[in-house]
Amino acid sequence: MDYDLRNDAYDGPILEIDKLSISFFTRLREIPAVMDFSAKIQPGEALGIVGESGCGKSTVALGVMQDLGVNGRIVGGSIKFKGRDLNTMTQEELRDIRGSQIAMIYQEPMASLNPAMRIGKQLMEVPMIHEGVSEKEAYERALEVVTDVKLPDPKRMLNSFPHQLSGGQQQRIVIAMALMSKPSLLILDEPTTALDVTVEAAVVELVKDLGKKYGTSMLFISHNLGLVLETCDRICVMYSGEAVERGSIEGVFDNMQHPYTQALFRSIPLPGADKNARPLIAIPGNFPLPHERPQGCNFGPRCDYFEAGRCDQGYIPMGDAGDDHESRCLRFQEIDWNAPIAVGAQTEKPEPGRVVLKMDNLKKYYEVAASALFGGNSKKVVKANETLSFEARESETLAIVGESGCGKSTFAKVLMGLETATDGEILLDNKSIGNVPIEDRDTKTIADVQMVFQNPFDTLNPSMTVGRQIMRALEIFKIGNNDNDRRERMLQLLDLVKLPRAFADRMPRQLSGGQKQRVGIARAFAGDARIVVADEPVSALDVSVQAAVTDLLMEIQREHKTTLLFISHDLSIVRYLSDRVMVMYLGHVVELGTTDQVFSPPYHPYTEALLSAVPIADTKIKKKHIVLEGDIPSAMNPPSGCPFQTRCNWKDKAGRTLCETEVPPVRMLAEGHQVKCHLSDVDLAEMEPVIEIAAE
Amino acid sequence: MGLFILRRLGVMILTAICLTFIVFSLTNLYPNLEKLAKTQGNFRMSDEAVTSYLTNRGYLQPRLVKYGQWLGVMPGYVIDGSDGETRARCAANRTPDENTATFCGIIQGEWGQSTVFKEDVSGIVSTRLGLTGKLMFWVMMVMVPGALIIGVLAGMREGSRTDRSLSTISIISTATPEYVSGVILIAVFATPLFGMQYFKGTATSAMDDANFNNFFLPVITIALYGMGYIARMTRASMTEVMTAQYIRTARLKGVSFPNIVMKHALRNALIAPFTVIMLQFPWLLNGVVIVETLFNYKGFGWTLVQAASNNDIELLLGVSVVSVFVVLITQLISDIGYVFLNPRIRIS
Repeated sequence: MDYDLRNDAYDGPILEIDKLSISFFTRLREIPAVMDFSAKIQPGEALGIVGESGCGKSTVALGVMQDLGVNGRIVGGSIKFKGRDLNTMTQEELRDIRGSQIAMIYQEPMASLNPAMRIGKQLMEVPMIHEGVSEKEAYERALEVVTDVKLPDPKRMLNSFPHQLSGGQQQRIVIAMALMSKPSLLILDEPTTALDVTVEAAVVELVKDLGKKYGTSMLFISHNLGLVLETCDRICVMYSGEAVERGSIEGVFDNMQHPYTQALFRSIPLPGADKNARPLIAIPGNFPLPHERPQGCNFGPRCDYFEAGRCDQGYIPMGDAGDDHESRCLRFQEIDWNAPIAVGAQTEKPEPGRVVLKMDNLKKYYEVAASALFGGNSKKVVKANETLSFEARESETLAIVGESGCGKSTFAKVLMGLETATDGEILLDNKSIGNVPIEDRDTKTIADVQMVFQNPFDTLNPSMTVGRQIMRALEIFKIGNNDNDRRERMLQLLDLVKLPRAFADRMPRQLSGGQKQRVGIARAFAGDARIVVADEPVSALDVSVQAAVTDLLMEIQREHKTTLLFISHDLSIVRYLSDRVMVMYLGHVVELGTTDQVFSPPYHPYTEALLSAVPIADTKIKKKHIVLEGDIPSAMNPPSGCPFQTRCNWKDKAGRTLCETEVPPVRMLAEGHQVKCHLSDVDLAEMEPVIEIAAE
Repeated sequence: MGLFILRRLGVMILTAICLTFIVFSLTNLYPNLEKLAKTQGNFRMSDEAVTSYLTNRGYLQPRLVKYGQWLGVMPGYVIDGSDGETRARCAANRTPDENTATFCGIIQGEWGQSTVFKEDVSGIVSTRLGLTGKLMFWVMMVMVPGALIIGVLAGMREGSRTDRSLSTISIISTATPEYVSGVILIAVFATPLFGMQYFKGTATSAMDDANFNNFFLPVITIALYGMGYIARMTRASMTEVMTAQYIRTARLKGVSFPNIVMKHALRNALIAPFTVIMLQFPWLLNGVVIVETLFNYKGFGWTLVQAASNNDIELLLGVSVVSVFVVLITQLISDIGYVFLNPRIRIS
């Protein structure tokens, strides 16, 4: 060894990746996953890698870890860690570095913890392997780090198994594990994707603080531009295996020099975007498959600035855009980056029509046996929905917002008829359907109320062609007299969701995620649905596809005057497309109002925290910083009084005892704006806006 | 946990009662009884003589009454026979005196007389079960560690040369039933045919004094068959665990490969095969029937064959009661062990 890697005297870059190329080898061909990738991380610096799924960002991380599996191989370039090339290290040397010098935090905390090993043992292992410390010292160290990641009752934590912890706590344990031996480099691979927004905000905050405390450099991989803005110093945008733009956060966010980065920013709903006045601009076309990449610029076929004969010829190098800012575009100096955005087709805001759906004091309780194994007598009641009352009108978009366990999916199930209401009523055209299970509903009602599901990958039958599946829905809705009729109608539906008619004969596996979701939408509209429940319809899709699918939903809604119930946890997209917003927490509706009313003060304290938690990819936005303590309580064992009282930052103002004992009444703040909170009018009036756009 | 075991025991007893009732009804069908009367009395009995023989010995009482007496929850019969003799069940069909108990059934430990061996059923069952227990113990000692080692070695690097060769061996060993492998093993290792006469082809002497020489062949015959099966299960579970994300976490923590396998993968990989291993116990009970007969080892399986072929009703019933309990107890152990292996399952 040239010098000790633990030697703190080293002051060059922690990580230096130079022209790295990684390929996966299958029997058929070599598939290049990463090409010509360079990056540098200085001590204490955080580098963000952003890109859509399949762009190779996780492969870079695994390449740094030298853990590419049997099929992956580094085919070119070097990865230098503190000046030493990781590619030439032996397995023993690598093992020495892994976990002690470079640590990694993963996407799914539950899957990355050993289910049959106590947390403490998993943590203690790290210093015991790398520093050979005694079990007792390792335990002390584990206790200290668990306290550092702000977990309650560290001793009990160390003695638990992973399944006894909530998702947020598990991710904190994974972070603690990574920090056990104070690494110089921390790789975070989508660390918060599986978490709720308020939990995500707390975890991000923690990572930032700990990074500062321990002086760790970070490689932060994410698809979320807002998150990268909040955590990183430098950013690298990847597209189809290549880094296309690299620079400081401010440089790239405010002064982008690559068409893909620009297109990406235009397709995410930032404050100010509006579905009617300033619609999102989706990136046309699809992400190229690794073995179908075009000649020349990979982004060429989807680029607005494409110049035939120039952009499609050979290799395109990184060009220097000055001020430590680089772009892989031949034309970046010619493009006028400040040209105003060509505004997409503007549309009139449709007037909401008559009331089609009315909820009246809807309640849904579940009875759960306390111990399933013995079928004991003690039953617990889970209150999944508590007195839901609202109306939804024709051609209106009502967003239902809340984190996991807030009861939004239960509500959708009751509406669809998969469950029946415990109490209260659902009125569809003044006809009560709350107690009619789906088997007893007539075809018309079923066709009227349809659903678009979250995960398009699981909701299509993998062994049936796309056309057949839509025709099957038509058959069930008794539309068309024969197969020819239905086939014609099915082709029209494909037109409606803007899929080529040739797709009718394709199998679901031949479709991309966005295309599958379009099929899901076509199926939902097969029977001319009047109410569509969209359960997180775009959250499983990539950013550039999200915009297109959202636009499609909006367009169909305008044409068909559909009532859209949009269930989501993503407040940016909710703000962009909904007319009214309903915020739910632990089965209660805590706030309900028009989008403007909900997104501006006075807020319900939970809405305020939720707004503050959502990362926004705009450097001009100033956000008030609110971090909620703890996790969402279990619906099995809800807190007394106000459901939000355990995490509320305003509790002292409203009077502690009041919040802890009484469920707050529903109060009307303005026409159509209701809040469930004990705060006085004066306190509510004092609330400041969470999101402010700084003066330009 | 205590409550759980209690409940399971209750279920076990209920199952045992149901199963023994079925066996009891089947062995007490009239043609069986007729055969019994003729073998015990004389082969040229008239139909009337058979009836009176059976009536005098309580065989023709209602089925439930008979079952109750056998079980020991109803008083044993005392019949003044048509031939002038008084017979009582509890006095071994002789005239009862003041020492004769009222109840005599399984519960009181009265298992009846074997008609073939002319001995107490309880005595036969316990010695034979002991002998089979010895055989099963050694089978398990060879089979379980062998299978787990093969499975783990094959599964830790899926698709490697070790994996392929070990998998092939396990498939071959599972695909060969005992009556084939036993015959082949005897031919190869117990005859001078191939010049490898290392072992004895009969295990009769192993009943008193088991040693490597006389016990190896029966043990390995049973073990080979089960070994392949458990090894396949372990391999499948191991390959799945080795691709799990927490194994990657361990690898990127710097844990060495042997430690990954031993500390992180093994416990998780054993959860699925554990149930299979415990299910092998009841299967072993029936597997030994063939092997014990083949190697002339007079154990439990051999006794079952003798009892069945000689219409020995009391012995047959005794054997089935014991089998039922062996099966149910191993399943209870399997459930309890599962809880210890898998922390996600908690009883209480």
